[in-house]
Amino acid sequence: MRMQFNIYRYDPESGKPPCMQAYELDFDPRGRKVLDVLMALKEVDETLAFRRSCREGVCGSDGVNVNGRNVLACITPLEGLRQPITVRPLPRLPVIRDLIVDMSQFFQHYRAVKPYLINLDPEPESERLQSPAERAELDGLWECILCACCTTSCPSFWWNPERFLGPSALMQGYRFIADSRDQAADERLDYLEDPYRLFRCHGIMNCVEYCPKGLNPTAAIGKIKSLLVKRAL
Amino acid sequence: MSPRIPKRSFDAVIVGGGGAGLRAALQLARADLKVAVLSKVFPTRSHTVSAQGGITAALANVSDDNWHWHMYDTVKGSDYLGDQDAIEFMCRNAPSAVYELEHMGLPFSRLDNGKIYQRPFGGQSKNYGGEQAVRTCAAADRTGHALLHTLYQRNIAARTQFFDEFFALDLVRDQEGYILGVVALEIESGEAWLFEARATLLATGGACRIFRHSTNAHINTGDGLGMVLRAGLPLEDMEFWQFHPTGIPEVGSLITEGVRGEGGYLLNRDGEAFMARYAPNARDLASRDVVSRAIAQELLAGRGCGEHGDYVHLKIDHIGADRIKERLPGIRELSMQFAGVDPILAPIPVTPTAHYMMGGIPTSLHAQVVAPVRYGPEEPVPGLYAAGECACVSVHGANRLGGNSLLDLVVFGRAAGEHMLGHLADNPFPRPVPEEAVDRVMARLARWERPGEERVADVRVGMQKVMQAHCGVYRNADILRTGLERLTQMADRLAHAGLTDRSRVFNTARLEALELENLMAVARATLVSALAREESRGAHAREDFPDRNDTHWLRHTLYSQAQDQLDYKPVRLKPLTVETFQPKERSY
Repeated sequence: MRMQFNIYRYDPESGKPPCMQAYELDFDPRGRKVLDVLMALKEVDETLAFRRSCREGVCGSDGVNVNGRNVLACITPLEGLRQPITVRPLPRLPVIRDLIVDMSQFFQHYRAVKPYLINLDPEPESERLQSPAERAELDGLWECILCACCTTSCPSFWWNPERFLGPSALMQGYRFIADSRDQAADERLDYLEDPYRLFRCHGIMNCVEYCPKGLNPTAAIGKIKSLLVKRAL
Repeated sequence: MSPRIPKRSFDAVIVGGGGAGLRAALQLARADLKVAVLSKVFPTRSHTVSAQGGITAALANVSDDNWHWHMYDTVKGSDYLGDQDAIEFMCRNAPSAVYELEHMGLPFSRLDNGKIYQRPFGGQSKNYGGEQAVRTCAAADRTGHALLHTLYQRNIAARTQFFDEFFALDLVRDQEGYILGVVALEIESGEAWLFEARATLLATGGACRIFRHSTNAHINTGDGLGMVLRAGLPLEDMEFWQFHPTGIPEVGSLITEGVRGEGGYLLNRDGEAFMARYAPNARDLASRDVVSRAIAQELLAGRGCGEHGDYVHLKIDHIGADRIKERLPGIRELSMQFAGVDPILAPIPVTPTAHYMMGGIPTSLHAQVVAPVRYGPEEPVPGLYAAGECACVSVHGANRLGGNSLLDLVVFGRAAGEHMLGHLADNPFPRPVPEEAVDRVMARLARWERPGEERVADVRVGMQKVMQAHCGVYRNADILRTGLERLTQMADRLAHAGLTDRSRVFNTARLEALELENLMAVARATLVSALAREESRGAHAREDFPDRNDTHWLRHTLYSQAQDQLDYKPVRLKPLTVETFQPKERSY
């Protein structure tokens, strides 16, 4: 069937401002995803640039905004999307070219939460023990694929992208606080206790709405806040 | 005359940010060396992230186990083509490698006693071929994600220097054959950089994108293999590609062997659990080559499911919704997204799908790249290392066991890092980079400025169709020979291809053209090696030579690009400390 698309184009070398370009393509949408159609369009117009890798929703490369929603192109079905299907880069991050954004700020926030286990005890000969219940505390946290769909949908991040860490980084911060093997919870909480880094989150919950993995950053942020309250009492 | 290109100098350069590259980087960064990791994608986008079922190590957390049994299974799984010294090295080191990952913070699933959860996987046995062992350590069904993110996180802690979205073009080699680093393209700016280093590790992963249908990410284009071939070095055992029994038809997405490990089994259109006929003991947990051939036979016999009879069913609903949600959440997601089936309610459609490259860049136990010197025995190529799927140690031989690839990454990634430390200490001074070595690379890049009548996308699809049709689960001389002729035509078309996009900034069209050059070289190595091997062993099944032939073919293939030259080297049957497992008939 004939499908219509409207795609954000920006070529920094052209000297022209960004624009929306209309495309039409004969394409059978049944069972196919937005990434399939982007790749089909690229076969026609090879100047169209976007990132992609795993094509099954696990690597986090192809976060884009489709018809106003942040999604992973590779797992978003074409069927049911209103035409023309509008594809834009993720909001608020600088655009490098077409659908490709500069993710530096996002990764800087990720690094800022020290996203690694801190445990200064000597390493035992075998594994450190962790009960299934303790391990269950990490479920819904460690599966984050760093696609930035949540953070770039967050109005608090739009207002303070340099200072508010955003839902993804905060959830990764909590992933280590929640790990029974980690010993740096206090240090982590000290860093997060800040009017901007953490407390710009106002529970708008766009992050929950848009996480393509079905994770809940707002809940993780809530748990950080309640730990801070408990600590203050 | 080439334009001078900017240069960065490091002690070591690692090309590839997947499991092997990051594990090696960690070793070097912890030793306070200057190490650069170049990755054409942000590291957590690497294909390691897609690994599902787990990492195999004889921890004995669930059932009796030891590394000797793991070693036996791996040798047998390899159809005796694996080098037994390397297999011993890997299986002995497996438990410490897994404990180390746990200490790094990897969120393994847990048993009630708090130890790492293990699940049964194909080809695993107790007591040298006895009952099923339980050996594969898992983080739900997202073990690759857990492993890759953990290694990346540790590298952040170790302050490894990352060059994200840098695409390595070629190795830089001097007259004496020393590898002095790589030239790489900064994708964002379109500029080429010289990365000078006294040790270079290729950890560029697999190349299943030579096939039309594959479980692999789009980025698996065999870039390191292309670089090695262009440097005049050989590739080993390129005829051996694993077809995973359970990929989603057309789309290719992988459905982990862990589904069968958790109790799932395959059904044909008559509802028969047909694996009992092909592997009476191990049944659905026979090794992957066996199960893939069984499915192919069922499809050929007209017992496939669906309108076209081109897939079989994988049933798992009988283990219950709760266990599926806890142990196989990722599979449920993939199955619903790409097959339109909730495995809690109905069986998943699956078909054998290209999954893993057993062959690759020949290396020693220490991940040094080795090559024959004229007519003499092989020697290390000074300054060059390879680890992970792009390398061929060879631990997987003619068929890899599930759960052994993540293990390969961390064991040989660590071994590479350790050996590189010694190499760097022994070679404290950089050697001068000859200008013509850089010129050659720049000429290859400049070639894509020329116009051409063929389109890269068309040639890529053409090549993938040739490989899909002519180099599948079953092969014979006619099919392979025709495939080689058609591939030669595709290579000729690629030589006449041109780009309409000549921009510099994030030019993904140019990137795809450069990747296709690598794929084309890998595809040719595959067909030439496969046509020559006149026997059936592991994943290489020849209809015209249905038996394994240890008298003539218990040896590794070495393919070099110049005149498609083939050479052979013996399989190392002698392990490091234990007795040889003598080749015998393989049944499951």
